[in-house]
Parts: sequence; C-alpha cells; structure tokens
Amino acid sequence: MKYLYFPGCSLKGTGKAYEESLLAVFGALGVELQELEDWNCCGATAYMSVDETKSYALAGRILALAERERLDVVAPCSACYLVLNKTQKSLQEHPELHRKVTGALQAAGLDYKGTVKVRHPLDVLMNDVGLDAIKQKITSPMAGHKFAPYYGCQIVRPYATFDDQHNPVTMDQILQASGAECVEYPHKTRCCGGSLTGTVPEVGLRLAYILIKEAKQRGAEAIVTVCPLCQFNLDGYQDAIAKKYERVDLPILYFTQILGLALGLPAADLGFKRGIISAEAVLAGR
Amino acid sequence: MPLEQKLKYEAERDVKFANWVTRETGGENLRHCIQCGVCSATCPLSLYMDYTPRRLINLAREGFKKEVLSSLTIWLCASCYACRVECPKKIQVTDIMYLLKRRAIQEGVYPRHFPIPVLAKEFGRMIFLFGRVNETLLVIDLFLRTNWFRFLGMTRLGMNLMRTGRMSFIPEQIKRKRELRKILAALDAEEQKESAL
Amino acid sequence: MAEQKEHQNGIPRIGFYICHCGSNIASIIDVEDVRKYVATLPGVVVSRDYKYMCSDPGQELIAQDIREHKLERLVVSACSPNLHEETFRNAAAKGGLNSFYFQMVNIREHASWVHEDKAAATRKAKDLARAAVYRVRFHQALEKRKVPVDPNVLVVGGGIAGIHAALTLANAGKKVTLVEREATIGGHMALFDKTFPTMDCAACILTPKMSAVKSHPNITLWTYSEVEKVEGYVGNYKVSVKRKPRYVNEDLCVGCMACIDACVFKEPKFPDKFNQGLGKRKPVYIDFPQATPKVVLIDPATCIQMKTGKCKKSCADACDRKAFDFNQQPELKEIQVGTIVLATGFKTYDAKRDALYGYGRYPGVFTALEIERLVNASGPTLGDVVLRDGRHPKAVGIIHCVGSRDEKTNKWCSRVCCMYSLKLAHLIKEHSGAEVYNFYIDMRTPGKGYEEFYDKLLAEGVHFIRGRVAEVTDWAMTPEEQGKLVLRVEDTLAGFVRRIPVDMVVLATGMEAQADAGEVRHKFNIGCGSEGFFQERHPKLAPVNTFTDGIFIAGACQGPRDIPDTVAQAGAAAAEALVLIDAGHVELEPNTAHVVEEECCGCKSCVPLCPYSAITLDEAKKKAVINEVLCKGCGTCVAACPSGSIRQNLFEDDEIFSEIEGVLAQ
Ligand SMILES: Cc1cc2nc3c(=O)[nH]c(=O)nc-3n(C[C@H](O)[C@H](O)[C@H](O)COP(=O)(O)OP(=O)(O)OC[C@H]3O[C@@H](n4cnc5c(N)ncnc54)[C@H](O)[C@@H]3O)c2cc1C
Ligand code: SF4
Ligand code: SF4
Repeated sequence: MKYLYFPGCSLKGTGKAYEESLLAVFGALGVELQELEDWNCCGATAYMSVDETKSYALAGRILALAERERLDVVAPCSACYLVLNKTQKSLQEHPELHRKVTGALQAAGLDYKGTVKVRHPLDVLMNDVGLDAIKQKITSPMAGHKFAPYYGCQIVRPYATFDDQHNPVTMDQILQASGAECVEYPHKTRCCGGSLTGTVPEVGLRLAYILIKEAKQRGAEAIVTVCPLCQFNLDGYQDAIAKKYERVDLPILYFTQILGLALGLPAADLGFKRGIISAEAVLAGR
Repeated sequence: MPLEQKLKYEAERDVKFANWVTRETGGENLRHCIQCGVCSATCPLSLYMDYTPRRLINLAREGFKKEVLSSLTIWLCASCYACRVECPKKIQVTDIMYLLKRRAIQEGVYPRHFPIPVLAKEFGRMIFLFGRVNETLLVIDLFLRTNWFRFLGMTRLGMNLMRTGRMSFIPEQIKRKRELRKILAALDAEEQKESAL
Repeated sequence: MAEQKEHQNGIPRIGFYICHCGSNIASIIDVEDVRKYVATLPGVVVSRDYKYMCSDPGQELIAQDIREHKLERLVVSACSPNLHEETFRNAAAKGGLNSFYFQMVNIREHASWVHEDKAAATRKAKDLARAAVYRVRFHQALEKRKVPVDPNVLVVGGGIAGIHAALTLANAGKKVTLVEREATIGGHMALFDKTFPTMDCAACILTPKMSAVKSHPNITLWTYSEVEKVEGYVGNYKVSVKRKPRYVNEDLCVGCMACIDACVFKEPKFPDKFNQGLGKRKPVYIDFPQATPKVVLIDPATCIQMKTGKCKKSCADACDRKAFDFNQQPELKEIQVGTIVLATGFKTYDAKRDALYGYGRYPGVFTALEIERLVNASGPTLGDVVLRDGRHPKAVGIIHCVGSRDEKTNKWCSRVCCMYSLKLAHLIKEHSGAEVYNFYIDMRTPGKGYEEFYDKLLAEGVHFIRGRVAEVTDWAMTPEEQGKLVLRVEDTLAGFVRRIPVDMVVLATGMEAQADAGEVRHKFNIGCGSEGFFQERHPKLAPVNTFTDGIFIAGACQGPRDIPDTVAQAGAAAAEALVLIDAGHVELEPNTAHVVEEECCGCKSCVPLCPYSAITLDEAKKKAVINEVLCKGCGTCVAACPSGSIRQNLFEDDEIFSEIEGVLAQ
C-alpha cells in the first residue's frame, strides 16, 4: 500500500505532532507515504475569501503535481482535505472555472485531467488497511482510557465521502479498536471556531470552552481530534479560557497518537511532548 | 440619542447586485430560500453576527448591497459548512459568504480594523512570496497590522508554542516559485481581459 | 386562419389542425408558421390553427370541414392524447369519419412546455406534424370493442378512505370485498384521540363506520390479508388474495379476550405495534378493544407454542369456543371484480433520519404518532402525558416539518402536520398543563374552521416560534438547561437565535408513500409520481382515476391529505366505480394484436411472452391465436414473432415506417 502524502502547512508547523504520529502509525501498519514533491499551500479558507479562481488554481497545482505520480493522495489536515475535494468538484461542475484553472496551470507547464483521488487517513485506515488488520497489530491496548472523539467540521462537511455527516464513527471505531472507550459526544462535528480563534478570540474561546467542558463532563480524559487547527485552538487557548470562564485542563490529542500508543510505538515518536496541555495521564504506565 | 430611520425605499435596492450573486458559483439557488432560519440556528457564530445568515440571504436577494457587504456576518463565518448541510433548500450559504467576502474586499468596504479580512489578504501575500504559509509569521504580521496591543497578550501562547517546538520564524518555501507565480499571473491576465470586455 | 387546396391524386384528403392552447403552445411555437408549412405537405387539403381546438367551436370546425371538404384523414397538433384524443375522435365521428382515421400530435408536453428556444420548438412541431401526416394515410377504419363490467368491487386498504368507499358502494347495492393488511381496519385514524379542527373524538366517529363495514350484508371483510396477483382488464379483473393465518378461527372467535388473560405470560411483555411501541402486549393479543373484526390473533414470533411447540397453551384451553388452531395455514382466495379502489394510505417519515433531532438517542424525543397514543384516553397511559421515565413534562417543544419541505429528505409539504401539531399542542396542554412551544416554518391552515382553530391556540397561550429547529441536544449552558433537552432555533421574527430547554420534544413527521407503494403499483399496473404516491390521471379533473381504467385511488395513497379530503375523495372514487358498473359495459381500444394465420409457423415463441396470457396455440392448426379481449395491445408479441406474422391495429408496419420517414424527411 502506497500513497502520496500531502502534509499541508500546518503539519509542518503547529501541527507537527500530527505529522510525527501519522508517519509513525502508517509506517507500523506497513503503509508507505511518499511526500508530494514541492507541494504548495492549499489556500485554506482564507484565500477563498480573496480570490476564488486563484484559490482553485493553488489547489489545482497540487492536484496536477499529484496526478503525475498516479497514486491516491492522503491529506490529513481537514482544511486541505476539503479544499482539494472541493476543487475537484467545482472544476467538474463549472466548465468556465475549469477552463480558467486548467489554462493557468498550462501556462506554467502543468496539466490536470481530474483523475486524482483525495483521501483522508481515516478513510485509508478503515477502508484500505481495515479494522481487523489494525486490531491484529495492537500490542498495548488503551484499556481503561476514555476519550471524546472530535471530528470538527470540514472532513464530513459539506461532502460526506467516507462517513456520516451528522454522526461520523470511523474515528470512534479506530479508538475502540485501540482498546479505548469513546464517550457519547454530540459535539463531534461542531465548529471549533477555525481561524477566528486567532483573529477574534472572544468568539473562538466560547466555542472551544463548550467543546472542552462538555468532553470533560462526559467523562473524557482527552479530546481526540483529526484536525491540526482544532487541536491548536483547543490546546493552545486553555489559558485564555481559564481567564474568561474556568480552568479546564484537558489534553487535546490526535487519533494517530492514541493509535500509535496502542500499536506499541514509543510516546517519544508520537509527538506527545508537543502538547501544551500535558497528556501525562494518558501516558501513565507507558 | 439620534433616531435611525428604518424605512427602506425601493430605490435603495440594487437588483443588479442580487442578480450578480445568483450568477456566482454557489449563489445559484439564492432565491429558493424559505427563510426557515435553520442556517442561523445551526451556525456556531450567528450569536455574534449583526445579521444572522438567514437575514443576510434575504438582504442579498432583495438587493440591499450596502448592508450585506459591510456586515460583520460575512467575516465571522468560519466556513464550517453547518448551514449548507442543514439547509432544506440546499442553498450553499458558506459559498455565498465567500463570494460576498470577495466582493467586499474588491469594493474595499470591509470593516477596516477587523482582523479577518486583513488576515485573508496577508495569507494571499504570503502564498505569493513563499508558496506556503508560516502560521507564526502570519499571526505576528496580522497583529502588527490590526491590534499590536493584543499581540502582547498572546505572548504566553507564543512561549508555549516555542517550548513545544511548534513555532518557527523561518518560512517554509517551495522550490519552483516561478511556476506558481506563472499560474497566478495567467489568472491575472485572464481577469484583465475580462474586465476589458 | 386556414389554408385550403384541391385534392391530390392517390393520397387520402387530410385535414390538419394546430391548437394554440391559449398561450400554452402559441407562446413558444409559431403556430401560423406550422399551419402554413403543413398545408404544403402531400395530401393536406385543409390546414387551420385555432385558439382552443378542444372547445365546442373547435370540434365543430373539424366536423364541418370533414363534411365540406370530404376529409378522409385527420391530424390534430395539440396537447397529450391522454387528455383529448377521445375528444377529437368524437369530433371525427360527428363529421361522419371513422374515429381511427385520426392521429394526434402532442406539441404541448413534448414541445412548448419543455423548450425555451422558439425556433427549435417550432421546427420540432413541424417534424412531428409531418410524421403524423405521413402516418395517417395508412390508418384503417377500426371499431371499439364492448365488454361487460362485473358489478363486484374490490377495495384495498381499510383506513378511513377504504371504509368510506366500501360503505358507499355497498349502500348502492354493490358487492364489495375489503382487503386490509393489518388485523383490524381503521388505519391511522384509529390511533387518534381527537381530530382537528372540531376536536371530535376520533373513535366516536370512526368505530360506528367500522362496525357498519363488519355487519354490512354487501361487504366481505378480509383483514390480515393482502392482494397477491391481479389479472384481467377493466370490468373483468381476477384477483388473488392471501389471507395470513391468525392461528385463531375468525368465524369462531367472539373477542371475549379470555385467552389473553389466560396466556402463560402473566404480564404483557412485547412491544405493542399499535401503540407505537409505547405499550406492551402478549403473544396473543387484539390491537384495541374496538378492533374490527373483534378477533384475537397470535404473533408467531413471540408465542412459545409457535416457536417451540412446547407450551401449556392455556390460551386455547381458556377459549370455550375452541377457536384456536396453531396449525392454521395461509389461504389463497380468488375473486372476480369489475373495478378496484386502492386506498392503501401513507406512512409517516422515519424520524431517525434527522439525526440532529435525536430520535432514538434521547428518550425525551417522540414522534407525533407516539403522542397521539399518549394523549389517547384508551392509549397505553390512558391519556396521561408522561415521559418514558414516568415523569410529567413541564415544557414541550413541537417541531414542524420533520421530513417535509426539505430537499434532503422529502420536498413536499405534508399538509396535515401544522394542523395536527396545533391539535397536539392543545391536547398536551390540556392533559399535562405543560408550557408548549410550536416551531414552524410557515403556518398552513387552509381549511374550513382551520384558521379559527389556530386563533384558539394562540389565545390559549401556546408559544409559536417561527424557525426551523437546528438541533436537539442535552448540553446545558445555564443552570435552567441542566437535565433538559435544549432546542436551538432562530426566532426568525425576532431575528436572533434562541435556546429553549424542554422535557419533551415532539417531531411532527410528514407523510410519505407506503414502503411497498412501488410493488403495489406494479401489481395493479398504475403509475406513481417521483415522491412515490400513486399517480392520478389528472391532478385537477381526474383526481381519483388512474391511467388504468377501472382502478381508482382514494385517500393518502395519492398524496398527503387530512380526513375531510380523504373522505371526499373516497366518495368520489366510489362514484367513479359506480359509473362504470351502471353503464354495464366498457369500450376497449381496438389496438389489439392479431395473427396472420398463413404466415404463422407455430413456433410458440410468443405464447410465454404475453404478460396477459392472451395467446394460445390452436393445436389442430398449429397456429397461435390471440384472445382479443385479453390482449392489452402492449406489442411484445408483435416485436418478438420471428416470422413477423403478428400485426397490431394502430401499429401496422406501414403506419410506423411512414411515421419514421415523416419525422426524418425535410
Ligand atoms: C400524527 C397524525 C395526526 C393526524 N391527525 C389528523 C386529524 O386530527 N384530523 C384529520 O383530518 N387528519 C389527521 N391526520 C391525517 C389522517 O391520518 C389521514 O388523512 C388519514 O389517515 C388518511 O386515511 P387513509 O385511509 O387514506 O390512509 P390510512 O389511514 O393510512 O389507512 C390505510 C390503510 O390501508 C392499509 N394498507 C396499506 N397497504 C395495504 C396493502 N398493500 N394491502 C392492504 N391494506 C393495506 C393500512 O394498513 C391502513 O389500514 C393525521 C395524520 C398524522 C400522521
Ligand atoms: S437554511 Fe436555507 S432556506 Fe433556511 S433560511 Fe437558511 S438559507 Fe434560507
Ligand atoms: S459556514 Fe459560516 S455561516 Fe455557515 S454555519 Fe458555519 S460559520 Fe455559520
């Protein structure tokens, strides 16, 4: 099993722990990831607000580079995952846009035919690797640990490609396969505030506070997420939350970190030290 | 206290603007809205908006351009797509927010010191320069441009990020920047051609 | 406007007419241009356009032309033949021409209504007209066949629609068989305590009609039964009905219910379907005390005797009429009827599909049908409005339009939910004193006394919040919200979002076609719309007819509607059936197939293909024979015959080939 890996800016910056744990886990499961050569930023939500066509063209360059390799692309960051999928859909649906974007790509000697499949790591784990294969490799199950599975918005919305839009379960299943328990968490797909938390903190803090408080109240010892921005917002602003509301102190982890532990990988390889809120309780005895 | 006149005259409507929205990608079925309000109710940010998403949709289709483009609503949208998924008429509210943001930037009517449009533009500049985005530099730049005072309040977060090795002051760059700029330039040329028509 | 010219040698004299249909056709198609063009075609001696061809003067025009210009063939370009083929055939007859020397061209549904490009639509109208002109030359004089109508009627579905239709027909002296799938008739109405807007007690008005059905000498009531197969044609249907085993002899049981008391299960243990799972029942049960027929039945899935064969069978012992028969088998019955009324009703939307409303996840969330049972004096709680844990709700939120007006699920408005939500709001308030909130998108109360009912509810102090609820959650932001279900909604009239904590949520689920509507429609060979409801012949002018003669539809199987409309429609369906019965016979299209004996090689390929079993092999002659009365003119055998020896009236080779030639000619 081999895929192209499109990390996106976050996994090289604030989301390093995601990259570290993802690479470790995929390695342990025998899935090869080949980083896309000379990838650029996908434009995320910000660029779409400035220029539609250019923002599709940015994503278009990524897809064009990927198409040459004839491999499915794995995009772990929710924003990248959405942007790449959305670009493909928009190019299909709007001929005028398609003309402009492919024209611009051709001006730079690139070509995109529309054959690339953009996948999420959860999708690959569930549908290509398979739960059974994962379970077989679990050596130190996370028995006794309880987590709140938090998907955030952009991997199930607006397109539900591999999971249910309102009640996604793939991460729940992977955490359960790791031996952990998932608390009932109706906030699963609620918004974390996205980039607003950085720009208009009073807005984002409330959302983050609700998410963390509810996870805690429902008995979770950590929130487990799939998105670097969610992780950043929930992990980074707990001081500010404490000032405004109350101290919550809940570790915010990536699902790949939990799965990594269950696969018996050393915590040091899984980016645990990068959490601002320490995850000691989760690591206890490991 | 000065009294504000709430009466609107037909002459204040800009029908062209409404039609423009329906021609943009995502705005096509604007007029199907039944004003049910589920977009506003599901929106995590509507509580801060000056017009709820539902009201914005109605203002847009009725052609109240000034209200729409100068609203905070469009800048508070976090692009979480909750509204779009719940809308019973499949109206692409999030994409409508996007197209309104773009128009507001084009016409220069966005709220000046509100950091979000500034961030959006800064983001674009950084991509042009490096091909990738460095969150640290982006944030610093942003606060310096809008509210450097608040930046000081963030030092604690900054220190935390430093401590955990998640902050970097050296921008990641792509190798073939010329290739990327050619793409962007080609689109600029296209746009000029269009506006010349 | 008209073009006229002299007779052309060899080709029959053709009259062509194009209709404006007001502006329906004329606004897209240049009718004058078509008229002038057709006048130039070979054989056409009269070519006219007219505002409404179907009007009396329009028809008279045709009749007069036939006489004056000695027309021998007729082509009318207008709407769908479904609508007016008969009209123009009659016009031809009035003028003294055989009705089948006529061909109709549909340029409304096939051109003006579906195209925007005027030039192209006009071109298409010309092509179609040319095809018909070429074809009609070869038409032959045909006569319709007359067949008698069997006066017996089958009614399928014993909801209020089926009950009313059956009683109307029976009172007119016709023999009716009423087939109901469930163990009792009554349908949805039997679940209700009160009915809007008058709030009369549902049972009080329904049960007398139910027992009238049971005791009517002209009605045979078969409950717990389903139609298996329908054969034949208008006036002469052969229907097989499967009677499912109740394991209790219906003729012996008097409904004393001694067996239920005696069942080895001392307490009711299994979810009670009739009570929407809110109550419990034993393996031997009766849906409700006034069930009709008043006969118990056994659920083989839960009965110990049925499952293991090892039960004391104390039920059977308790029955002094010896009605129990654990070996009862399904029975297949066959009946002959002339007409059929379908009244199979609706089902409610599955509330689980709207994940964010939490049905099935939060015990405080109920469907409207469940609440109908809770407020019902003879329901599982005897009318006490309680939550699943026994608490009484202090605040209740009713969410409208669940599974209605939503392109993600069902696009249509279900028509009754606003009104029944008002009804439930009133009843809940009356029974529990709770604060009641209605969340609606638009309040729809069109009906006699309906708006007045809304006024009453407003005066009662029920809250009306205009907004579609986004989510029902259990997370609290304030102390008052602790332990409650919180509804998030935009109060669109106020312009802000509100969070409203309640104890009970009621989902006003919409109306959908029955799950098996697709199968049923195939069985009876009728159509259904894209939403799944049975398709009427014409939405305004033939609302209870279907495209299959002799089969009528009534009630919610045709689309969402309330009881008053359902009953009106059931009466109409009964009347339409009576029209056929009292006429005594029907005329059948002469579009049947026939075998050219000399060419038939007796290969029998056609025999098994005929869906109506109309073909047999004459063993003596070794030739296929088609029974004209059974043939429906589907054309299957015509296309399949390897020697090309089967022909079909109105679809003769030269007719079809010249039509093709016509459409392709320039
Ligand atoms: C919650 C709720 C409350 C309502 N309250 C009111 C009210 O207060 N006032 C009002 O006017 N209207 C009310 N209505 C509307 C009302 O229920 C309908 O108008 C009415 O029930 C329609 O009657 P029907 O006979 O067409 O269908 P149904 O009541 O659905 O009856 C159909 C019958 O056909 C049977 N059947 C189905 N398929 C087959 C088959 N293949 N073979 C044999 N039998 C079959 C079914 O078992 C059923 O007995 C309410 C609806 C709902 C959902
Ligand atoms: S959810 Fe859709 S239909 Fe409802 S108010 Fe919003 S945009 Fe309009
Ligand atoms: S996409 Fe924007 S407007 Fe829609 S719900 Fe999310 S934040 Fe609100």
